[in-house]
Amino acid sequence: MSHPAAANRYFVPAPSHWPLVGSLALLLLASGAVLTMNSIANGGFVLMGGFAVLAVMLFGWFGRVIGEAESGSYNLQVDRSFRWAMAWFIFSEVMFFAAFFGALFYVRVLSVPDLASADQALLWDGFKNQWPSAGPAVKDPFTPMHAWGIPAINTLLLLSSGVTVTWAHWGLIANKRQQLIIGLALTILLGLVFISLQAYEYGEAYSHLNLKMTTGVYGSTFYMLTGFHGFHVTLGATMLIVILLRTVKGHFTAERHFAFEAVAWYWHFVDVVWLGLFVVVYWL
Amino acid sequence: MQATQHAGHAGHDDDSHSHGPTGLMRWITTTNHKDIGTMYLWFSFVMFLVGGAMSLVIRAELLSPGLQYVSPEFYNQMLTLHALIMVFGAIMPAFVGFANWMIPLMIGAPDMAFARMNNWSFWLLPPAAILLTSSIFVPGGAAGTGWTLYPPLSIQMGMGMDMAIFAVHILGMSSIMGSINIITTILNMRAPGMTLMKMPMFCWTWLVTAFLLIASMPILAGAVTMLLTDRHFGTSFFNAAGGGDPVLFQHIFWFFGHPEVYIIALPAFGVVSHVIPAFSRKHLFGYTSMVYAIAAIGLISFFVWAHHMYVTGIPLTGQLYFMYATMLIAIPTGVKVFNWVTTMWRGSLSFETPMLFALGFLVLFTIGGLTGLVLAMTAVDIQLQDTYYVVAHFHYVMVAGALFSAYAGLYFWLPKWTGHMYNEGLGKLHFWLSMIFFNIAFFPQHFLGLAGMPRRIPDYAQQFADFNQISTIGSFGFGISQLLVLVVVFKAIKGGAKAEARPWDGARGLEWTVPSPAPHHTFEDPPAFDPAEAHA
Repeated sequence: MSHPAAANRYFVPAPSHWPLVGSLALLLLASGAVLTMNSIANGGFVLMGGFAVLAVMLFGWFGRVIGEAESGSYNLQVDRSFRWAMAWFIFSEVMFFAAFFGALFYVRVLSVPDLASADQALLWDGFKNQWPSAGPAVKDPFTPMHAWGIPAINTLLLLSSGVTVTWAHWGLIANKRQQLIIGLALTILLGLVFISLQAYEYGEAYSHLNLKMTTGVYGSTFYMLTGFHGFHVTLGATMLIVILLRTVKGHFTAERHFAFEAVAWYWHFVDVVWLGLFVVVYWL
Repeated sequence: MQATQHAGHAGHDDDSHSHGPTGLMRWITTTNHKDIGTMYLWFSFVMFLVGGAMSLVIRAELLSPGLQYVSPEFYNQMLTLHALIMVFGAIMPAFVGFANWMIPLMIGAPDMAFARMNNWSFWLLPPAAILLTSSIFVPGGAAGTGWTLYPPLSIQMGMGMDMAIFAVHILGMSSIMGSINIITTILNMRAPGMTLMKMPMFCWTWLVTAFLLIASMPILAGAVTMLLTDRHFGTSFFNAAGGGDPVLFQHIFWFFGHPEVYIIALPAFGVVSHVIPAFSRKHLFGYTSMVYAIAAIGLISFFVWAHHMYVTGIPLTGQLYFMYATMLIAIPTGVKVFNWVTTMWRGSLSFETPMLFALGFLVLFTIGGLTGLVLAMTAVDIQLQDTYYVVAHFHYVMVAGALFSAYAGLYFWLPKWTGHMYNEGLGKLHFWLSMIFFNIAFFPQHFLGLAGMPRRIPDYAQQFADFNQISTIGSFGFGISQLLVLVVVFKAIKGGAKAEARPWDGARGLEWTVPSPAPHHTFEDPPAFDPAEAHA
């Protein structure tokens, strides 16, 4: 039970139905995905229903949290909890990407060279150890993605967005609301341009480069890594938009603005993952 | 049952939950760490019975050579679901239940750091359990790959495999949220004066466990995501024709899978580190070395994964490295075992049920640890890989290790939860039946494995029949004796001798300074930490 009167007490929220709604959403999403992937009728509807319930849950739950934050329910100890939690959440995201980076290193350093080794000549005669590679049995020719076109521009965009979000943070700390709003808007704009260019790049890859998810391990690792990264940028941009709307509504003070910082941390994390991607997926 | 218990006490303790929802909605919407802990424990017990029933299907089939009751496909589905349910549905939630109930009480916090998210961590489990268990009934049946979900078999399975993959995703989310909650609670909500090195050992084990979960569960999520795209979207991660490698999955899986072993073992160590000092009426011996041992086990667990993969063709240097690294774990584990033994040395020992289970743990877990050392040796493992020796080894660690420790914790803290002492006679009967039948069930499996009986096969050669019959008798005895727990717990909820705030005279810690049963809300204002309650 909450005790708003006791200001120094750690805030414990009242009972809430949002967790159950969230669980229902995930059950629908999982069942819908299973049905859709196995081409069973109406799977798409279940999936869409899952997304709808999830959206309702996110609006309701985060709305509740924002209300609690703005009404001053969270003391400084709660604020520290949020900081720890966000830091550990980002660490878990780092480990998620580590699985896919690990897969990329494995295929480049171990499995492709091994398939091209003399031991395997009986099975895969003539297969050359080179990267990019679609493996010994995928004969469909493809053109790999070059680093110094759109990907390089995207690197500049994301690095600049890291600067603008920091500039916005300075504005927040110095109580310069206009700098904060402009900085956030610029960050969002850079993020959206990045996402658009990624989408364009995917279109090019499918239509002109013949580079698909089915293009062996190169296509697999390329789409898995850039795809999950793009999804995270989309998520980050969405969260930045929420922060911008809250800023316009007058939320956050120079002293207390955990939500802004959490999203900024997340944005920097997405940025760092991109640098890793740019080097090992596009460049080297 | 717990609901009626609380309702019965609402009149005379200062509960304020009467403002909140009642009945079923109370449990669905609760943000109370004790309610959520109770739900975790009941859920894990139900899953334990479900997973246990599946293991009895396996043992019934193995009663005699040849195929009797189930098809080989269904046999494989049973052993896969048995493992997934026991690991993710029974053992892990049991210790998360203990963490929920006890960590705030032990460190003097009003609740978990994120009480509402805590509720979600629990309520994600039922959807995952529904996906896993209902997959038996879809076309093609459940996943039949074993819990390791190795490709290429897992690529070829039917839609039951997809359900297992999504169940693993949801369980992973639940674990990560739960761990972030626990780690934040421990780091940020300790009572003033309780430094990290004065913290109860159970909290230390969970701090490291939560770190292991946050670091390893996303890796598993990545692994099963790649399985999913290989199955449905034409990627080639685990397909040599496309330049991938099925062994890649094993590397990624075991990079998760080995820390997972310690995710299960460390909280078990934590419980035992409370029970043995309490019934020895001494401080835990070597507190500091215990903490460093936990941290060392947690760290090393990330660097030993390929000892599960000696026969996959990894290079000799790799085999040697993983052999030595694995043996290294025996050092911190040995530190812990010796510290527990030394804690008892010249103690004023008594042997109530929690202590019996802790001692059962100590003896049998050590046996499981030593067979682990045997399996760590590459040259030996090449013979024993995928035999019943491995099955015997990990059941000594998982059942006699984790489950016995969970029972030690259950009997130890049941008076705090229910306000009543459990029936000591029934508790001791439960221990001795478990101890005897466990060894009848699993000890012969060492011999079967050494003689070359492969695991995960429903049929076997005639010469294995005798030991298999003994094992099956033991497993049914063990399974049936577990129903005693239900009797003990229901009796303690309904009545019995009134428990004092500190029912065990040797027990230390803030959790024993609150009344039994613990009021619905405790430590809303941080308590003063009395150094006499410290474990060090």
